[in-house]
Amino acid sequence: MKDFGFNVQPDFAIDFDRNDKRITEYLAIHEPSLNLCIGCGSCTGTCTAGHFTPFNIRQLHTLLRRGETSRLKPEIKKCMFCGKCQLVCPRGVNLRNVILRLNRAIERIG
Amino acid sequence: MLNKQRILIIGAGIAGLATAGALAGNGFEVVVAEKENQTGGHTRKWDRLFPSRRPGEEVVGYLENNLNGVTDIKFGVTVTGVIRNEAGFLVQFSDNTSTTADALVVATGFQVFDAHIKEEYGYGIYENVITSADLEALFREGKRLTTSEGKHPSRVGLIHCVGSRDEKVGNLYCSKVCCATGVKQAIEIREQLPECEVFSFYMDLRMYDRHFEELYFEAQQQWGVNFIRGRLSECSENPDHTLLLKTEDTLTGRPLRMNVDMLVLLVGFIPAPGTREIAEMAGLQVGSDGFLNSLDEHFNDNATTVPGIFITGAVKGPTTVVNAIADARATAQQITSWLKTGH
Amino acid sequence: MINFNFFVLPFFLGLIYLLLTIGKSWYRWIKSLPAIDKVKFASGIRHPGQVFSALKEVFLEALIHRRMWKQNPLLGYMHMSFALGWFLLIVLGNIESRFYSGTHLNAPYYPIFLKFFIHDKLILFFEVYSVPGIFRFIMDFLLLFILSGLVLAFIKRKRSHWFGMKRTTTHPLTDRIAITCLWMIFPMRLLAESYTAGYYGNGGGFMTQPLGNALVAMTPFPSDFVAYTMWWGYSLALGLFFVTLPYSRYMHIPTEVLLTFFRRFGIQPKKWYSSLSETEVHSCSRCGVCIDVCPLNAAGIFDSQAVYFIRGVRDNYVPEKITQKCLVCGRCQEACPVGIHTDALRLIKRRELNSGQATEYRYLSENPPKTGTVIYFSGCMTHLTPSIIRAMKGIMTEAGIEFIHLDENRSVCCGRPLMIAGKDKQANELIEFNKALIKQTRAKLLVTSCPICYRIFREEYNIPIRIQHHSQFILELVKTGKIPLQSAFRKIVYHDPCDLGRGTKIYEAPRELIQKVADLIPVREEKGHAHCCGGSLGLFEASSHQRKLMTREALDVLLENNPETIATACPLCKKTFLPESPVKVMDIAELIYLAIPKKEAISTGPVPNPSSGSVSVQSHQELSF
Repeated sequence: MKDFGFNVQPDFAIDFDRNDKRITEYLAIHEPSLNLCIGCGSCTGTCTAGHFTPFNIRQLHTLLRRGETSRLKPEIKKCMFCGKCQLVCPRGVNLRNVILRLNRAIERIG
Repeated sequence: MLNKQRILIIGAGIAGLATAGALAGNGFEVVVAEKENQTGGHTRKWDRLFPSRRPGEEVVGYLENNLNGVTDIKFGVTVTGVIRNEAGFLVQFSDNTSTTADALVVATGFQVFDAHIKEEYGYGIYENVITSADLEALFREGKRLTTSEGKHPSRVGLIHCVGSRDEKVGNLYCSKVCCATGVKQAIEIREQLPECEVFSFYMDLRMYDRHFEELYFEAQQQWGVNFIRGRLSECSENPDHTLLLKTEDTLTGRPLRMNVDMLVLLVGFIPAPGTREIAEMAGLQVGSDGFLNSLDEHFNDNATTVPGIFITGAVKGPTTVVNAIADARATAQQITSWLKTGH
Repeated sequence: MINFNFFVLPFFLGLIYLLLTIGKSWYRWIKSLPAIDKVKFASGIRHPGQVFSALKEVFLEALIHRRMWKQNPLLGYMHMSFALGWFLLIVLGNIESRFYSGTHLNAPYYPIFLKFFIHDKLILFFEVYSVPGIFRFIMDFLLLFILSGLVLAFIKRKRSHWFGMKRTTTHPLTDRIAITCLWMIFPMRLLAESYTAGYYGNGGGFMTQPLGNALVAMTPFPSDFVAYTMWWGYSLALGLFFVTLPYSRYMHIPTEVLLTFFRRFGIQPKKWYSSLSETEVHSCSRCGVCIDVCPLNAAGIFDSQAVYFIRGVRDNYVPEKITQKCLVCGRCQEACPVGIHTDALRLIKRRELNSGQATEYRYLSENPPKTGTVIYFSGCMTHLTPSIIRAMKGIMTEAGIEFIHLDENRSVCCGRPLMIAGKDKQANELIEFNKALIKQTRAKLLVTSCPICYRIFREEYNIPIRIQHHSQFILELVKTGKIPLQSAFRKIVYHDPCDLGRGTKIYEAPRELIQKVADLIPVREEKGHAHCCGGSLGLFEASSHQRKLMTREALDVLLENNPETIATACPLCKKTFLPESPVKVMDIAELIYLAIPKKEAISTGPVPNPSSGSVSVQSHQELSF
């Protein structure tokens, strides 16, 4: 690409149609509770890792459902798997498995 | 009529009372059985109702004044047996009396969710955590909100959806009244203690009915109530008995810590303790949420699979006072036509 | 005398194949033992005492099937009749054959088909006590013994509940072929020996001779031909069984012997798939005892129980969902008659599946903690059951113990939840962080309320500090008179948390504590047999609803004797039971805290604060309706 000395600001909007949703689809098949989230934030409020670092499991979970996986990949590594999020979830989202499956999906699908 | 047809109503809450009054007005003999020693159920104990802030007692009083001559109210009894026979029903009570009836109305209502089950919210553990029902009781006694240290709180948190919309405690349903109750109580706390900040923590504010949204508007505009979109995750107690709330402020996407002096848990509806027993005795269908199922939610919402047994009010699920009274009148109408057409 | 006939070939070749295959496997397993285990094996095998004790165990478990007897007497008898009966048939058949041949060098098939080759005179009634007579009696008796087991095996197919089993294993084709051959062997031997005895009018014992006489009389074909066919059938059944054995569940028979030696020589499971794992996997007889004890049954999950998982491991094909669909509660391990480390195997496979995924804990930092003698580490989960924290603080204040609440405001997870997911490397990062933190406190005692933390503190932390679960800690306080108690409750049942009970074998401390304040009533399945509450962090592939189904089953068992309260010693168990239980659920710490007489002043801080006025729990509960 020719360097014009300036960049076009990348689109900040979620480009849902263009997002690679393979990981999302993989998870929706293997852990259907993925789709039960209502975004209440109970998980983030109780999160052990979230006490130390800006790690927001509710937001990551939502990003995943939108196919925004590039932002997700470095962040999800901060999870400690303690399971508190799952214990407080009012919707019964099987969060530890979502994260474990997500890790595996990232490994395989990239 | 030589022999007046008799209807037994189980439960003298607002739904039971309204059904009783309407049926008596239609010329039937009505008997009411109530497990407590007074009528009015939860509404009598509720200081004021949303959105009008009319005292609960006033509604109960109105229904009592319009009983149309119903005098046979058995207090302090529970139903121990329901026998169906040729003539109708024979119902036995805990005081070893019994009555016959041509039709039964189950209006056993609800109970509030036991907040001890949400242990992470600290009810029964921390002294400054109370429920919305406790708060109404306090208002009704004319008391001012006071912490365990005897001071007026300078900040109160209200937690929505306690025991409702919570798969973990087995209640997936919305309790319908807590959102408006929470906003009303937020206003009332501000009315009572103008110096006290009030924060409402919610997942969704379901201001669905007429005047509800206006109440929400008033709470923000006139009373400065703060709304934070996040469900409470944990609550811990500080050495001075104030409470540390942990939640996520989902609108900023960051965890939020906040100290409050008192916490009010907006407890939802669960089926009344006697409902399942009566359903088993009478052969009524219990839904997966524990409330009773009617024959058809659109066409026959007060009849049951047992001819002659009707259900009304909160025994069918969470409902507002307004809707409970409307439902009771519909029930009375349905029973009247059912009895008059000879079943 | 030419003791050969072509019909012995299937047996003979099958036997050679079998011995070579077993030999090869044994050689491979011993050779691939990790270095440390090789040393153990080499020293064990030179130690007569250890060899003898291993042989004794082989005799008791592989032949007598002692653990099976404990499981269910019918099941025990069935297994014993096959194993011991067949074993004695071989041994005594050998001795008998030597008596006839007069030499110790017999072809291996000779004793097996002895009655085909030997036809001596009819043993008359008064000759029963002669040597041939006694042998004939014994051999017939052993055959009958085995056949009785076979009848039971048939019945078990139809009526497994008579054998104490609700569900039985679904077997693959190889196992079904092998079992058909196995079941054919002894009926064929009976028929072959009987027809032969009937045809020659001699050679049979108390069972085969009369049966043979009757059969010969009834059969329209030439009896010698029928008998010869039966000998072929007998040999074929044996041969086929031997050839299929290494590929079927019956490989457990020879493998268990080696496993017993491995164990007796002190060889322990490793964190990776070691030679012992391979031996254990091949020692699984697929008896299915692990199926009925698995809490997943209540959730309608029937495909991931230990037997199926282990079969998958042996066949080198375990779907990841199966690996992850397990509570790792240890109930099957407790019940396994072979003593296979089912949980360890499950975690090995989880490591293979999940260990590669990176984590990023560089963000962790913590201010230096306070120093002191006693650390209280409540655990992540305990923050969701604050009544336990309050009780612990109250108890320690009552006992006058100054403590550091290490994770009062925030904590780093102990690492076990990662480890149970198979992420050891990642867990170790957290462990190192916590170890450094603990070290900085210079404490002598670490008390935790969470059995999950307790287990990993003990198993993986290696810190020079005393580690106690709060049930042990409180019991010590009570025993040393630091906490006065009064009986405060009536009927209480105790639920053993998996990690505290089966995990770290602490069964008695919580029970002793309960007995000090209440009547402890027994539970049908407790201690090692206790149910999992359904909340286990080991389970990944199950819905919230399925977990609730398991919780309800566990509660049903706990509530059988109508307790007023369920006590447990784990925040996760408490949290799991609470919404489903019709009776109160309390932690041991809460029970003790409420049983301390006269507690007007409750201080929630670490330092006693007598000035703070507060209400007791009971009066507060009256607020609710």
